Amino acid sequence: MADGVKPRVKVPSSASEGEVITIKTLISHPMESGQRKDGDGNPIPRSIIWRFTCDFGDQNVIDVVLAPAISTNPYFEFEATVPAAGEFKFTWYDDDGSVYEESKKIAIG
Amino acid sequence: AALLPVSAFAQAAADAEMVGSAEEFLAGATAAEGDLSLTAPEIAENGNTVPVSIDAPGAVEVRVFAMGNPTPGVAAFRFGPLAGSRAASTRIRLAGTQDVTAIAKMEDGSFQTASKTVKVTIGGCGG
Repeated sequence: MADGVKPRVKVPSSASEGEVITIKTLISHPMESGQRKDGDGNPIPRSIIWRFTCDFGDQNVIDVVLAPAISTNPYFEFEATVPAAGEFKFTWYDDDGSVYEESKKIAIG
Repeated sequence: AALLPVSAFAQAAADAEMVGSAEEFLAGATAAEGDLSLTAPEIAENGNTVPVSIDAPGAVEVRVFAMGNPTPGVAAFRFGPLAGSRAASTRIRLAGTQDVTAIAKMEDGSFQTASKTVKVTIGGCGG
């Protein structure tokens, strides 16, 4: 696992049923591109988060494939429809096999 | 060294899911302009973190390419049934001044495209 990986997600605590809300996510991660070289001229191996998903129950909101051209600390902003009270689940997949998860509850009202 | 097989497996998975090239995504189709908007700054002082947004009502998937980077694929956004819009924003690396291109695959299978030239003061790919 890359060091100091910390997911952060901003979701409103409540919404009306069927409302479209804005979600912002950021995960601290170096996103080592594989293009850089160390002080001795040796290539630094690629180490990135290569996929990010947001789901609500068994329904998907967005599914993103990331290339090394995504900046350090990958940030995504997008919109989701709130079908009911429940929980948005966020998942990030690391090159090294690590999976980072975060979830946020949302109420109707 | 004990972690190598896991890493190699993850790498294989990543390669299978990679963003690829514009040609692969279009698969011979022609993209029209008008229904996809791409927002990016005209001048980016720092190529390490350039804000870009895409918005393509009716798109099922939007891919972003930076033709002047070592590999052109930047990201692929696939929208699910609960997507509140077919729009997303992120931050990308640009190696130098170049055109950023987005291609959207629409619900009817047609393609839309949009490009924007971004002038980069300090490149963002190291090296």
